[in-house]
Amino acid sequence: MGKKVAVLAVQGAFVEHERALSKLGCECVELRQGPDVRQPFDALVLPGGESTVQAKLLRELGMIDELHRRIADGMPVMGTCAGLILLAKTVEEGVPGAGDPTAEVVGGAVAPGAFGTLPVTVRRNAYGRQLGSFHAKAPFSDIEGDVPMTFIRAPYIAEVHEGATPLATVDGRIVAVRAGNQLGVAFHPELDDDLRIHELFVSLIG
Amino acid sequence: MSESQTATERVALNRQLAQMLKGGVIMDVTTPEQAHIAEEAGACAVMALERIPADIRAAGGVSRMSDPKMIKGIQEAVSIPVMAKCRIGHFVEAQVLQAIDIDYIDESEVLSPADDTFHIDKTQFNVPFVCGARDLGEALRRVAEGATMIRTKGEPGTGDVVQAVRHMRMMNAEIRRVQNLRTDELFEAAKQLQVPVDLVKYVHENGKLPVVNFAAGGVATPADAALMMQLGAEGVFVGSGIFKSGNPAKRAQAIVKAVANYTDAKLIAELSEDLGEAMVGINENEIALLMAERGK
Repeated sequence: MGKKVAVLAVQGAFVEHERALSKLGCECVELRQGPDVRQPFDALVLPGGESTVQAKLLRELGMIDELHRRIADGMPVMGTCAGLILLAKTVEEGVPGAGDPTAEVVGGAVAPGAFGTLPVTVRRNAYGRQLGSFHAKAPFSDIEGDVPMTFIRAPYIAEVHEGATPLATVDGRIVAVRAGNQLGVAFHPELDDDLRIHELFVSLIG
Repeated sequence: MSESQTATERVALNRQLAQMLKGGVIMDVTTPEQAHIAEEAGACAVMALERIPADIRAAGGVSRMSDPKMIKGIQEAVSIPVMAKCRIGHFVEAQVLQAIDIDYIDESEVLSPADDTFHIDKTQFNVPFVCGARDLGEALRRVAEGATMIRTKGEPGTGDVVQAVRHMRMMNAEIRRVQNLRTDELFEAAKQLQVPVDLVKYVHENGKLPVVNFAAGGVATPADAALMMQLGAEGVFVGSGIFKSGNPAKRAQAIVKAVANYTDAKLIAELSEDLGEAMVGINENEIALLMAERGK
């Protein structure tokens, strides 16, 4: 029996997630506005894109309260890159130097994430602007061999609070965590052909 | 990290950033204040430029890359990607923009072309480029030169969406034609389109460009933006349409929401209410300078 997975589809790389999930036999529904979130589904994916845009549209198109309630009730959710930022309890702005790709990214304003359900502090734009984007391969908890990881203007997890477990690190930075029903990754599993992160997520659906 | 990255990896990363912008609205801004308004309104990126296309058109004269100081001011003002334009063929302007850590360069026909024959060899850069195209041949030539995102050329600064519509329809009609060819006909198609055959093969097999394709030029209303999305655009650039209108913040937000829900006519109707004055605009047949004709 196929699982029904809702994908937030207000902005970003949501089609790529749908493609990966379809390969695993899931049925996907797109969430674009209020009425969409009131249908039944088994799990939720928050894709990559611009977290500022997604957070705004989640609120203003009337989706955030219902989705927050379902996440808090234990529905499996996976946030990738921007999606991780939406889930995080605390979001710290990473501020790259203006006009200087070699400048170190410094910490800026701190605010709660849109959902704020995942007990971590995430630093946005933590690797700087586009010139800081990169590919990596690294081990991932409970997955055999290295997993390809694509970081695009990515965040990383600066602090893990009680209840969250780190699942992967790259260059000493935590890039994936799990806290019960919530999976947060700083990279984009939807951009690589490797389906194992999506498999892990689907396995959380009861 | 960049030292160890290969050119192929860089191309992949730059195409992937464009994927993250999909379903979003990229807004032209000329000051940090406008950039802030755009970010608050839900722009997925901003295009930093000294004058918006409508003013470039009105002022005439040679139009060049913006002052790097102005671009840095905008980088400081927002946390979303910051793009900037360089002139067609002006690879030193592109080098300057790369040196100031820009997220995306638009090699743009809106500025005065610096080279009437050659575009920039974009494969020599680590930063990504978006280029305008009116048809499939132009799009694939730009991709062959290293562009990692394509947009329709539209007719910037007019508020008239007719050209963007024409280019998007043309591009998609040609993609459908290539899809339906026999494989032994692709070599001739490559010859006709004046592009490398492997790019034609990609289009044949996938029914799309190898990079993300946005609409640009003349988008002034939520309905314009939704029209371009329904015609197959993966996102929208809005230039003069926002900051040349009566209530930029409200119009910008409405366009963002219309792009996210581009098939919901009822919502677009609500979003279109009370937006104030749209930019006046100029009809295509009233303009002397067709910017879209620059750089083929």
